[in-house]
Amino acid sequence: MSTMRAQIPVQSAARRPLLARRRLDSERVISWVLFLMALSALSGLAVITAFIFKEGIPIIAKVGLRRFIFSSHWYPLEGEFGILPMIVGSLMVTAGAMVIGMVFGLGCAILLTQYCPPRMVSIIKPAIELLAGIPSVVYGFIGVAILVPFIRDYLGGPGLSVLASSIVLGVMMLPTITSISVDALRAVPKSYIEGSIALGATEWQTTHMVVLKAARSGIVAAVILGMGRAVGETMAVIMVAGNTLELPHSILDPVRTLTSNIALEMGYAAGDHRKALFATGVVLFVIIMVLNTIALRVSRRRSKVKVLAK
Amino acid sequence: MRIAPSITQRIAVSIMWTLAAVAMGVLAFIITYILWHGLPHLSWAFLTESPKSMGREGGVFPMIVGTLWVTMLAVVIAAPVGVATAIYLTEYTHEGKMTAAIRFGADCLAGIPSIIFGLFGFVFFVITLGMGLSVISGALTVALMVLPTIIRTSEEAIRAVPRAYRDVAYGLGSTRWQMVTRVVVRSALPGIATGVVLSVGRSISETAAVMLTAGSALGLPQSIFQSSRTLSLHFYILSREGISMTNAYATASVLIIAIMAINLSAYWLMRRFVGKA
Repeated sequence: MSTMRAQIPVQSAARRPLLARRRLDSERVISWVLFLMALSALSGLAVITAFIFKEGIPIIAKVGLRRFIFSSHWYPLEGEFGILPMIVGSLMVTAGAMVIGMVFGLGCAILLTQYCPPRMVSIIKPAIELLAGIPSVVYGFIGVAILVPFIRDYLGGPGLSVLASSIVLGVMMLPTITSISVDALRAVPKSYIEGSIALGATEWQTTHMVVLKAARSGIVAAVILGMGRAVGETMAVIMVAGNTLELPHSILDPVRTLTSNIALEMGYAAGDHRKALFATGVVLFVIIMVLNTIALRVSRRRSKVKVLAK
Repeated sequence: MRIAPSITQRIAVSIMWTLAAVAMGVLAFIITYILWHGLPHLSWAFLTESPKSMGREGGVFPMIVGTLWVTMLAVVIAAPVGVATAIYLTEYTHEGKMTAAIRFGADCLAGIPSIIFGLFGFVFFVITLGMGLSVISGALTVALMVLPTIIRTSEEAIRAVPRAYRDVAYGLGSTRWQMVTRVVVRSALPGIATGVVLSVGRSISETAAVMLTAGSALGLPQSIFQSSRTLSLHFYILSREGISMTNAYATASVLIIAIMAINLSAYWLMRRFVGKA
């Protein structure tokens, strides 16, 4: 095979050496151009990291990392930059969203892969993809129009709250968790399921004792990536979280997240204030990167295990 | 008391059907709610007129133009780069440290929140490169955001092309580049197109990054170096500042209809050409 492939250019090279050489060179040029374009994602990431850190690090150095992260005084005009309430806000909102997104997202994924007849799959799956396509501002708007008044009337508090943001973000996380979990659940070898059924287990026993165990790391990766989504979501959270600067004491209190802090104040911030917003971005960036790395690690371990199993 | 396994099974399955039904219900509710309130105010005039008094009256024509500009430019920039990356990863190199690094870059880029892209676009395109708050700054920022999606979907589509096709192309004496362009990319085209269509959807719904890079000017952009407000940002401003609820609903309807059309066509492409979605 390879000798055949080599022969053809050699023949034409004998007849038209110039053309053949040019063709060989153009292949090398193409390869280099493709390589340079392939570097774009990596270099994009590098440039983004460099610029966010370049803008944000000086102010963290000036205020002091500990004070920047652990102080709860954010008075940008007086030079007080403490983002503890935003960090706590982001964490609370994400934790709540994770519970909701995991229950619903995993439920849908198990249903789609194990129990759902194909005709229903072809309805539910595109619907979940559509859920992922709806703009975050629309989610935020529905949250304000429906959820916030409901919470205010029936549960108390101002309505704009950790709870409202968690529910909105949970729904937004659902497609991420579902689609990645579906992949993980589909990757479980059929023989595991057949073996379990043959031993007399019911379908549900098979699901939670065999399938979920085998797909565990993929599901963990799905949930972590979903968390990344929730930590990073901006517009929907601005609309339903209330954006106060106080530390929340209950899930009915309003909060401000890291992302909304940036989006709300970027429009008019200048000087140190603007730099402090970039520093908020640095903290957010670090949280996201940690989550992404964990998710990548976990899912890579899964693929290694799969290779070994074969 | 121990519950019989068959009963547990019934309970578990019905709980999962309920969860899925709730998720479907939420989707149906969002779409109906927006369209119910928005469609009555949607008219030809709304789509073709400029807004008056900050959007209280008039239409959304400049925002539609701005959205189209940002989206089209972003995709036109990101698609060639993304497809080239996918071709390089699948056809022009072996798995190694370099491909792992490139994939790591794309995976990380996919996880970065839009507000960070916004901050970056603001300091890099708007200020450092001096493009100002403009359509082009917004488009370049969004292009970076959708790049991972295009790389991922194109790579999958290209990998799905049977090996035999490549062997036949080589057997007929084609060079690698001829094989890639005339055989591989051509048969992977529907899959690549699906990725591009999904990226269009993502660009249309993007708000935070566009707010910081394309600005929020109300006028019709005369060139790509002018600021322009996109539909999603217009909807955000109208509803959040309580300028006009009727116009907010109508704008949201335009957005929802666009997103639904885009998702449907992506789904159709997938089913029609790639097999099972």
